[in-house]
Amino acid sequence: MNDVIYMDNNATTKVAPDVLAAMLPYFSELYGNPSSMHRFGGQVGRALVKAREQVAELLGADTEEIIFTSCGTESDSTAILSAVRANPDKHHIVTTRVEHPAVKNLATSLRNLTGHKYRVTSLGVDNEGMLDLDEYRKALSDDTAIVSVMWANNETGVIFPIAEMAAMAKEEGILFHTDAVQAVGKIPINLRELEVNFLSLSGHKLHAPKGVGVLYVKKGTPYAPFMIGGHQERGRRGGTENTASIVGLGKACELAGAWMSLENSKVRKLRDKLEEGLLASIPNSILNGHKTSRLPNTCNISFEYIEGEAILLHMDQYNICASSGSACTSGSLEPSHVMRAMGVPFTAAHGSIRFSLSVFNTEDEVDLVLEKMPAIIAGLREMSPFWQNRDKG
Amino acid sequence: MWEYTDKVKEHFMNPRNVGEIKDANAVGEVGSLSCGDALKLMLKVDEKEIIVDAKFQTFGCASAIASSSALTEMVKGLPLTEAEKITNEEIADFLGGLPKEKMHCSVMGREALEAAVANYRGVPVPVAEGEVVCECFGVTDLEVKRAIEESHLRSVEDITNFTKAGGGCGKCLDRLQEILDEVTGSAKSRIIPMKGPARMTTIQKIKKIEDVLEREIRPALRNDGGDIELIDVDGDMVIVALRGACGGCSRSTTTLKEYVEKTLREQVLDTLVVEEER
Repeated sequence: MNDVIYMDNNATTKVAPDVLAAMLPYFSELYGNPSSMHRFGGQVGRALVKAREQVAELLGADTEEIIFTSCGTESDSTAILSAVRANPDKHHIVTTRVEHPAVKNLATSLRNLTGHKYRVTSLGVDNEGMLDLDEYRKALSDDTAIVSVMWANNETGVIFPIAEMAAMAKEEGILFHTDAVQAVGKIPINLRELEVNFLSLSGHKLHAPKGVGVLYVKKGTPYAPFMIGGHQERGRRGGTENTASIVGLGKACELAGAWMSLENSKVRKLRDKLEEGLLASIPNSILNGHKTSRLPNTCNISFEYIEGEAILLHMDQYNICASSGSACTSGSLEPSHVMRAMGVPFTAAHGSIRFSLSVFNTEDEVDLVLEKMPAIIAGLREMSPFWQNRDKG
Repeated sequence: MWEYTDKVKEHFMNPRNVGEIKDANAVGEVGSLSCGDALKLMLKVDEKEIIVDAKFQTFGCASAIASSSALTEMVKGLPLTEAEKITNEEIADFLGGLPKEKMHCSVMGREALEAAVANYRGVPVPVAEGEVVCECFGVTDLEVKRAIEESHLRSVEDITNFTKAGGGCGKCLDRLQEILDEVTGSAKSRIIPMKGPARMTTIQKIKKIEDVLEREIRPALRNDGGDIELIDVDGDMVIVALRGACGGCSRSTTTLKEYVEKTLREQVLDTLVVEEER
């Protein structure tokens, strides 16, 4: 059996060896509390300062704008609830139909828990997963407390025009949040040039461990803490710092900066080879998402007339890891909200497979996937009543 | 990741009896593409009413494929009268059990078997009449009651796992709790309000719309070099895509409203609104 072929990097990533090495001392000898007065704790505090600089550098931000959190979801909740509290007279949130549940479900629950005091506008997407900026402009109003739009979609990799959208919100005096957990490290970001007030990132999507994230808050943005407690993070996020993970995230951001050109050359080339190969060798396979406005590592393909979980389990026999937007894998009984928002027909939505690569993938791995997939798809189609009848209806 | 038994995995990786029986005399088809799983069961029944051959085609996940494979193994060689007694629990047991969220796959097996037996006897498929409770998956209160009784279900979550009811928008969860309370007698008697005539489920709508598109609308559009595809049905909203010559036609909106919507309203439901996919 070959080693694991991991093409599910939008779900989570491998901790980079250098990241792990940077973290290890903070699990053993360097266990001090960074808030302590003694030098023993103080040295850990200095490590956090360095990590904050590394994160700020990757984002084009200042260190005071970086708040360490426990995950992307906490960052999202903090940003949105902060904006809501800063604007007690505004009761409208603009977001999209394809957001991650961390934003989508927060917006819905805010609406439901307040007895519909809050209105939520969820912008639709076209069949390539793109937003309509005219529709966006029309959705903004005096009542809008915050806009929350993901930078890149986790399922399709489609990139939204965040610079333009943030500028439009700024014109209307509306706070702008972007969930950038999929974008950070894959495409260059310079927050000094953008009108983004809040940005969320998650460590485990860029080769740092799980359980650590960042919320960027632009200077001058009104802010109310979500986790209330001690003076950590300058009173903006209580709770003793997750020192080892923060050090790891800092290192991961440094690596991501260094690897940015690889993402857009090596990874993109591997992804393109995989995508073109699959589309060419497998009939009735369709690319989901815009061809070019897309992360360099992500490729989402629907194999018509079959179901995603069955495809994934066959791939698993060859130790190939990917994911699917089918009902059976989503934990609910309906296909993914992203596929539905894009209007992907039922014939294709259930059979969508997402491959998401990283700098750790190799051409040999892509070749093996290209070798195995056609037979997997053909075998399942052989079994499908709809494949046999596809021309009749 | 689901925790499948070795037997489920084995039947999924090496399914028995895949394919078609050309001269099948008992065919049962259940499920649909939109539901995410579908099974076509084909049986050959001899003059003594013994099932001499069984084959299947399945669209669905691992447990749907394994349940179909198991079902064909179970019925082969059985007299029809014995086969029709097979319950979904027995299909699951044959596989060493299914994750509870996947029990609906075994239910699909039993339903296909019922449909095949009805097809052999030339009688209509025994549909549980009654009032539709779950519009997303088209499940009626009688089907829910039957599942509660047969499989000894004790929670709304169980009902969803077995019948899919409540697994979509979730609007019917309160009603499912009421039905559960009624059947298990755990609640004090409640007054159930009278309901109007049963509404059409989304799945029934999709089927009817597809019928009309195929029979009437598509041939007309094809005459002009165009085509139409059904994308989604959400309540009364019908989302379609115009293809071919229709795609770039300046009069496509007129076609959509004046012809497609009008025809669908006449033949399916007069509240339908047809929109083009953006």
